[in-house]
Amino acid sequence: MPIDKFVKFRSPAVPLPIENVDTDQIIPARFLKAVERKGFGDNLFRDWRYKSGDTPNPDFVLNESRYSGKILVAGKNFGSGSSREHAAWAIYDYGFRVVVSSFFADIFKNNALNNGLLPVQVSPEYLEKLFETIEANPNAEFEVDLESQTFTNLETGETTDYEINAYKKKCLLNGYDDIDFLVTLKDKVARFEESLR
Amino acid sequence: MSSAPKTLFDKIWDAHVVEHVDGGPDVFYIDRHFIHEVTSPVAFGGLERRGLKVFRPEKTVATPDHNVPTEGQELPIQELLSRKQVDTLTANCEKHNIGLYGLNHPFHGIVHVIGPELGITKPGMTIVCGDSHTSTHGAFGSIAFGIGTSEVEMVLASQCILQPKPKKMRINVEGELHKGVTAKDIALYIISKISTSGGTGHFIEYAGSAIRSLSMEGRMTLCNMSIESGARGGMIAPDEVTFEYIKGREFAPKGEEWEKQLAYWKTLKSDDDAVFDLEYTYDAADISPMITYGTNPGMGIGVDGAIPTGEDMGKSDRFTFNKSLEYMGFHPGDKMLGKQVDYVFIGSCTNGRIEDFRTFTDFVKGKKKADNITAWLVPGSHQVEAQIRKEGLVEILEEAGFELRQPGCSACLAMNEDKIPAGKYAVSTSNRNFEGRQGPGARTMLASPIMAAAAAVTGRVTDPREFL
Repeated sequence: MPIDKFVKFRSPAVPLPIENVDTDQIIPARFLKAVERKGFGDNLFRDWRYKSGDTPNPDFVLNESRYSGKILVAGKNFGSGSSREHAAWAIYDYGFRVVVSSFFADIFKNNALNNGLLPVQVSPEYLEKLFETIEANPNAEFEVDLESQTFTNLETGETTDYEINAYKKKCLLNGYDDIDFLVTLKDKVARFEESLR
Repeated sequence: MSSAPKTLFDKIWDAHVVEHVDGGPDVFYIDRHFIHEVTSPVAFGGLERRGLKVFRPEKTVATPDHNVPTEGQELPIQELLSRKQVDTLTANCEKHNIGLYGLNHPFHGIVHVIGPELGITKPGMTIVCGDSHTSTHGAFGSIAFGIGTSEVEMVLASQCILQPKPKKMRINVEGELHKGVTAKDIALYIISKISTSGGTGHFIEYAGSAIRSLSMEGRMTLCNMSIESGARGGMIAPDEVTFEYIKGREFAPKGEEWEKQLAYWKTLKSDDDAVFDLEYTYDAADISPMITYGTNPGMGIGVDGAIPTGEDMGKSDRFTFNKSLEYMGFHPGDKMLGKQVDYVFIGSCTNGRIEDFRTFTDFVKGKKKADNITAWLVPGSHQVEAQIRKEGLVEILEEAGFELRQPGCSACLAMNEDKIPAGKYAVSTSNRNFEGRQGPGARTMLASPIMAAAAAVTGRVTDPREFL
């Protein structure tokens, strides 16, 4: 499925200052029974977001009306655990376009990039300041620019760079999809197979 | 000029690069692709929208494992959503000519159990599956790692994925393991040392005399848990133990082909002066039977130890630590010995193999299951189940008050009915103790099959060495 082009934007952010947020928290396994990719956002952070049953937990950030926006700011080692791409789908489907953390798990990062969800890895110090900024002013805005690979805290004016490999950057900016590219290589792959033992 | 020394990982990786994308990843060729019912349907849907066929159906192997019931498998699946996923897998395999080991096939089981036991998994291969515990297959000296559903679609469409080459790490465990200490304890020990993110960005090679001394089952347990350190995978250079395990299995090479492949397999090891980006060495004698006290696999200690006090932690680490202990109903400084246990789970791609059931049975033989314990014994495959019966283990287990269920992932991720109730404590031989992993509110303590057996007969967290 082609991904949406990533366009520079400004938005407030939702803080989730918890470390090692694993994919079982992002989307519990019992919600993985769909055969189509839709509606996963409803169950994003399900067991933190709701008390037993369907009562929203008022203390969870997604239920706090003062927080909004397309940016999720989370503690280090975000997305560890299972390879379920449903985690990236749920975050995207909920409306986030960027996750900021000081460290991402590998498979989650790949899955996010394959769905147009940008993982922005910043220093622990910068992350700490982001949490402080949001706590002081939940309406504080941030700017995400993929072209220049920068993230700016508009409240403090502090800008930071982040890494992304050149190929993935091109895919996100243009809405390209890996499979379109890979199927053009079929003849090459077939020749490669012949060269194998 | 001789070429630069290479690691085992380099040798296999480099041999599978179709081409390098400028400024980006490698186009990486996949020898074997395992698929299951949960992470494949959206990938097949994507193929169909594009009007594509599966490029190499003969290199794909399918089995339903994640959400299947572990009782009454001969009946239609009761849970409608699970049934639909399993039926969708069957339909997709039929449509695309993919070999499927369905629920009642004698080769059915957890994907990471059946690949090796059928001789599909071989040294030098590249193996992927939409499941993070694909790292299990690295025990055979293959590069095996978990992928997301977009990548499943890539492999179905082209037999390749786009992947940047990870860095290389070697973990050496030297010396002799104490009695009662198993591969699971090595895994939990390593993760407790390097943390759940210590391996991120890396691929691990396990080496050293303690690793060489492990059976193939033990090596699979260790490689399985690599992902819990954040590493994409872990591998062990193949040796006689590996070759002996593969020989004669259903899809193992035979005759001349065996000799040819064996000669190649024997070349699969890191060169003496190969360089790793990161290297750790541990003494096997320092490892005790391990148990986890928190909500990630890095929160593990020797069973006779105490939960850390958290006093020396920074603010954010401490917040996460306290949140974790609160979920578990534990306190900083608590001893683990004697803690309440309600459920015991033996199974999963981590510890659902025949050796695990032999170990468990050997321990409980002549003893009785504690009254307060509900025990779920779930073989990793139909072949494991058949072997358990053939060896007469079932009678011993039944005598001790245990019964066997049917194969599947079961309570490891509780996608089926096997959910640990909220607030209850489980000693589990699976791989993850995340909040809610084994059911909403379930409290998981990860441990080896011996530890699970000790808990099952005493009804609490017990040091198995007391009985050995």
